[in-house]
Formats: sequence, C-alpha cells, structure tokens
Amino acid sequence: MAATPGAMALSAASAAQALDQGGRPPPVLERGVLRWLRTNLFASWWHAGLTLLGLYVLVAVLPPFWTWAVAGASFAPGQAGAEACARAAGACWSVIAEKHRVMLFGLYPYEQHWRPLVAMLLWCALVLASCVPSMWRPSVLAPLWLAGGAACLALMGGGVAGLAPVANSDWGGLPLTILLFTGTVLIGLPLAALMALGRRSELPAISGIMTALIELTRGVPLVTVLFVAAVLFPLFMPAGVNFDKLLRAQIGMAIFFACYEAEVIRGGLQAIPRGQIEAATSLGLGYWRRTVLIVLPQALRIAIPGIMNHIIAAFKNTSLVIIIGLLDFLNATKASLVDPPWQRYATEAYLFLAVVYFLVCWAMSQYSQWLERRLADGRPAG
Amino acid sequence: MRNFAGALGALALAGVLHAMPAAAQTHPAGPTVGQIVQRGHLICGTNVGRQGFSSVDSQGRWWGFDVDFCKAIAVAIFGDASKVRYVALSSAQRFPALQSGEVDILSRNTTWTLTRDTQNGFDFAIPNFYSGSALMVPRALNVTSARQLDGATVCVFPGSTTERYLADFGRRHNITFRPVVIENVREMTAAYLSGRCDVNTQDATGLVSIRALETPNPNDHVILPEMLSKEPLAITMRQGDAQFRDLISWVVMITIEGEEQGITSANIDNFANSQDPHVRRLLGLTPGIGRAFGIDDRWAYNVLKQVGNYAEIFDRNVGKDSPLRMERGLNGLWNQGGLLYSYPIN
Repeated sequence: MAATPGAMALSAASAAQALDQGGRPPPVLERGVLRWLRTNLFASWWHAGLTLLGLYVLVAVLPPFWTWAVAGASFAPGQAGAEACARAAGACWSVIAEKHRVMLFGLYPYEQHWRPLVAMLLWCALVLASCVPSMWRPSVLAPLWLAGGAACLALMGGGVAGLAPVANSDWGGLPLTILLFTGTVLIGLPLAALMALGRRSELPAISGIMTALIELTRGVPLVTVLFVAAVLFPLFMPAGVNFDKLLRAQIGMAIFFACYEAEVIRGGLQAIPRGQIEAATSLGLGYWRRTVLIVLPQALRIAIPGIMNHIIAAFKNTSLVIIIGLLDFLNATKASLVDPPWQRYATEAYLFLAVVYFLVCWAMSQYSQWLERRLADGRPAG
Repeated sequence: MRNFAGALGALALAGVLHAMPAAAQTHPAGPTVGQIVQRGHLICGTNVGRQGFSSVDSQGRWWGFDVDFCKAIAVAIFGDASKVRYVALSSAQRFPALQSGEVDILSRNTTWTLTRDTQNGFDFAIPNFYSGSALMVPRALNVTSARQLDGATVCVFPGSTTERYLADFGRRHNITFRPVVIENVREMTAAYLSGRCDVNTQDATGLVSIRALETPNPNDHVILPEMLSKEPLAITMRQGDAQFRDLISWVVMITIEGEEQGITSANIDNFANSQDPHVRRLLGLTPGIGRAFGIDDRWAYNVLKQVGNYAEIFDRNVGKDSPLRMERGLNGLWNQGGLLYSYPIN
C-alpha cells in the first residue's frame, strides 16, 4: 500500500522529465477518466470480470432497494401513517416517525424529553473533548467530568433547580445506553489498569486476589454478572436495605469490563522490556512513578487495538440490561413495537437501530486508528 | 434564612404527611399496604411487552390489561391511578424481583400453580384472566379438532411448558406431532406463515395477537377449540401478608361485581341515589367496605369510576374495542359461559 503513492510520484516525475526533453505527451488513453478506469477497474481480464459482476449486482439490487426504501415507502406518523403502511408496497418508516421518542428516550416522561436530550448532548461533548490527547491532564479532565457529569445527572434525575424528579428506573433509550457505556469505560479502564498491575505484583496476596477475581469474572457471562448484581445482591442484604438498581448494574458492568480489559493491558505490560524498568529503578524512581511515567504509557499505547475492541464490545453489551428490566436503546425500541398497528414493522425499526449502532461503533474504531497513528509518531509502530 | 425556614416547613409537612395515613387507619392495613402508603406509590412488576396486556404507547406510557389492574390497585389505595411505578420484568427475573421486595406485586401473566403457591413462597389473588396453550392452523387445512393433527409439524418454543403440554396431549390421544422448535417469536410467526409448520402453538393470547396483527387475512387462520393446558393468570404477591392479598383479590372482585351490576365508569354516578343496599355498600354510600382494609370507604367507587369494570378493562385492551378482538370465552361472567364470579360484598 505504502509503495503506491511513491511509485505514482516517480512516474509523474519521469513523464514531466520526458516533456522537458521535448518528447511527446503520453497517449490520450493514458490520461483522465479512461486511464483511471483502465488502472483501477479493467487492469486485467480478471479485474474486468469482477468489475462487471459488481456492476451487475448493483443494478440488480439498487432499484428494488430504492423502490422498497424510498419510492414505495411510507413516512407519515400517527394513525394516517399506520394506514399508509398497510397499503404501502415498501418500507414503513412511519414506525420511526411515530415511535422515535420512545425509542430514543424510553419511559422518560414525555413532556420532559428535552432533559435527557440536553444531558446526552452535553455528555457526548464531554466524551469528545476527552478524546483529544492535549486534554489528557488530570487538572483538565477531572473538573470537566465532575462538573459536566453532575450537570447531566441533575438534568436526568431532577429534584434540583425546579426540575421534576424522575426516578432512574424511568430513564431509558439512547441516553441510558450512552450513560451506561461511558460509565463502564470511565470506571472500568482505570480499574483494569490497577488489576493488570496487581496481577503482575510481586506481593502474592495482591496478585493472587487479582488473578482470582479476573479469572472468576471471566468465567461467567455478563448476563450472570448482571443477574447477580440486580437480583441476588438484594437477597443477601438485610430487609429494607436496597440501593439503586441502575448503580448496581453499572458497577457490575464496569467490573466485568475491567476484568477483560485488565488482561489486554497485561499483554501490553509484558511487551515492555525489563531493561526499561531497571533503568528507571537505577534513576531512583519508585514503583508508582516508574509505572505511571515509564511503563503504563507505553503499555497502553501498545494495547490500543485490544482495548478499543473491548470498548466497542462494551457499547453493544449495554443492551443486556434488559435482564434487569431497564429499557436501553434496543429494548426501548422493542417495547415500542408492542403496539397493535406497528407490530409488523420491526424490520424498519431495527434498521434504524443498526444505523445508529454502526455509526457509534465505526466512529470509535476510526478514533482508535487515528490515536494509534498519532501516538506512533516518531516511534516504530506498536 | 428564608431557605432555612422553607426547609423546616417542608420537614414539618413531610412529618404530617407520614403521620396522616396512620392516623386515618381504623384497622391495621397490613405491612405491605403500610409500606406502599408510606412510599407514596405502588410498585408493579409488568411484562416488558405483551400485546394488549402491557405495552408502551408512543409517548412512553404503560397501558394494557395487566397495567389497568396495577392502576386499579393504586386507585383503591390512593384514589389516584397515577401513583404506580412500573418495573418491566422478564419471566426469569419476575420471581426474584418480587421476593427481594423490588416490586410489591406482579401483574404479568403469571400462572397460579401449586409449586409457586407453596414451596416458592408466593400468594395469588383470585385469577383475573383465564388462558391456556392453544393451537392455530390455517383454515385451508380444514381441521376442526386437534385430534386430526396426527403427523402435523408444529412450531413450538423450545423448553417451554407448551412443548411439554403438546407432548402430553399427543400421548393422551395417541397421535404424533413433529415439533419444529423456534426460539424467537418473530421467526416462529414467519415460519408458520411461510408454511414451514402446519400448526403454531403457544399461549392463546399470543395466538390471538398474531392472528389479528400479523396475518394478511385473520380469517384464514383458526384457533382450535382444545386447550392443551389451563393457565389461570393471577396477580402475585409475597406470601405472608393476608390483608394485602385480600385487598387485591377484592379489587379484582369489584371489577367483576361492577360488570354483574351493570355499573360502568360512565354511568356510576347515576347510582348515587340508588336505594339498593348492596349497591350502596359497594359504592361506599353506606360505610363499611373500606374499614375492613384500612382504606377509604369509596375505594370501590374510585376503582370503577377511574379504571372501569371488568368488561370495560377487557374490551378496550384485548376485546372487541381493541385490534386483538379476543372473545370473552372463559373470561366471561359465570352466567354467560365464563368463569368470572363475584362473591358477596357485605
């Protein structure tokens, strides 16, 4: 891949040289659109065959898809939309027009939907800001997240500044998905780093406990962790003591995420040559300074692809909270379809979901690749 | 300073509100009702989504047959149908959630069985819906009885009680079915409609909603008269609070009584001058029926006024006024071929 631009630059340079020396310009066929077609689509009989096959598939698939998705589709919301859908030959996008509020915000009181919307936007802005490497300083991130996070939770939960209180059992939809996801990563990543370090600790008590915790948690599915957090945990507590279900689920998910991520980070830690640690020790650095200044930054950089893998999986895992009766984006959509006129149009609703999930996951994977390139500047690629 | 005074006032008010229910009680209301009153709302465990029974409308509000009974209980206790918080529960989670006190009651298609009633430590109010596993076939097959289905392929959920009932039915009548097990309800419906199986079996209410909502022409499909199982669905609560169980049973009873007496949410105020002693007691015009539970004497009036009688609840959610158009069948009054029978209110 990397050789191609260089080769093209070379041939361009030699063509210019040929012109300077009074030679003839290349034949017309070798320029512009035709040249592009020849080199990219019809370079050989094999490529030409594939190109034609691709064209045939497009011609066969696109018009029916257009008819289904656009020309024959129904877009109107409400009762009229349901009737139009029953008549329409194509897709019923009306189901999204009609149900998008429930899909996006779940059971949150309808008149108050602006609150989760604003909270979600604010939250996303915080996440985006935290993605920029120049912001990675505790003095910047800590106050930002404390203030922003408190504002978001106050918006969602109410009970302050004249906002009506909304129990978090009524939170739902996309804000809940994003909240659970970011909560999992924010609590889980630092925890994972600590667990990875703990597992490599020279103190047998610490490494033993960490190994047991990681192996035990990895030995059960997330569904089980959530079930224990939501259902069994209260049974162990004395009667009447019952702390928040959402918080329990969040902590369960974060621990589960941390146990997997810890192993990824441990992989990164193992890649750091012993010589570096010994060099740092000989400079008089203690364990924590050695770890925070020398070891972890390199280990994390090496582990980025694996870390991001689990982060993306964590985003998709949020839909498992249905086990404990919380309606996240996926399950709010499912619940919204249990309505007589709309039951049939699950496909359209799921497509809408798929697009949102894809965009989020794709953005994360793009970010991870960008981060890898950026952190690799001036160093051999991890 | 003003803030401080305000906070103090709020505290005092909260104290008064807490003290009030206790003062108003003339009869101990049982620990559960006490907790509910103190908390200020009923916590009702519902199904995550069951057509006509519990679902979420386009504005995110719960509605349905099971949800209406949650409202009826809240009305009986508070006089206000909005004082309910709903917790959507999967079938695996419902019993632990009830046991741990996360919900006060389950109003979500739970069958009253011997094991649940005894070993599992639950109590049931009187059933408010009679259902059962049934079989649906295309009309074109010209089948009128399940006994004609020897050798038929049957779509069934794996590991469900329905699967067992189907096998039992086959053994009893000496016929063999070829089961096609499909986990997902949508795939199962698609398999049935595409002819991959001749018969679709599951709870009758599920079959009715598939026939009404997902078939191109509902009349092309028949639900056979045989029920493979009996499913008396009842509101479920923790064992050991007899007064709470009494209250819920009587809320169900009141809706049936309302239908028997012809009292609806629309005409209930016409009975205000009724001289019938029975009706006067029911509506709280003659005091008595609230005192027995430690709640307002007008509770039955409030239930019928705000939620309606059984026929109204049934018809608007699953019956003739809904797209499901379920028949009353077993869920009709005892004198109309059903099983609903209200006990004397005196």
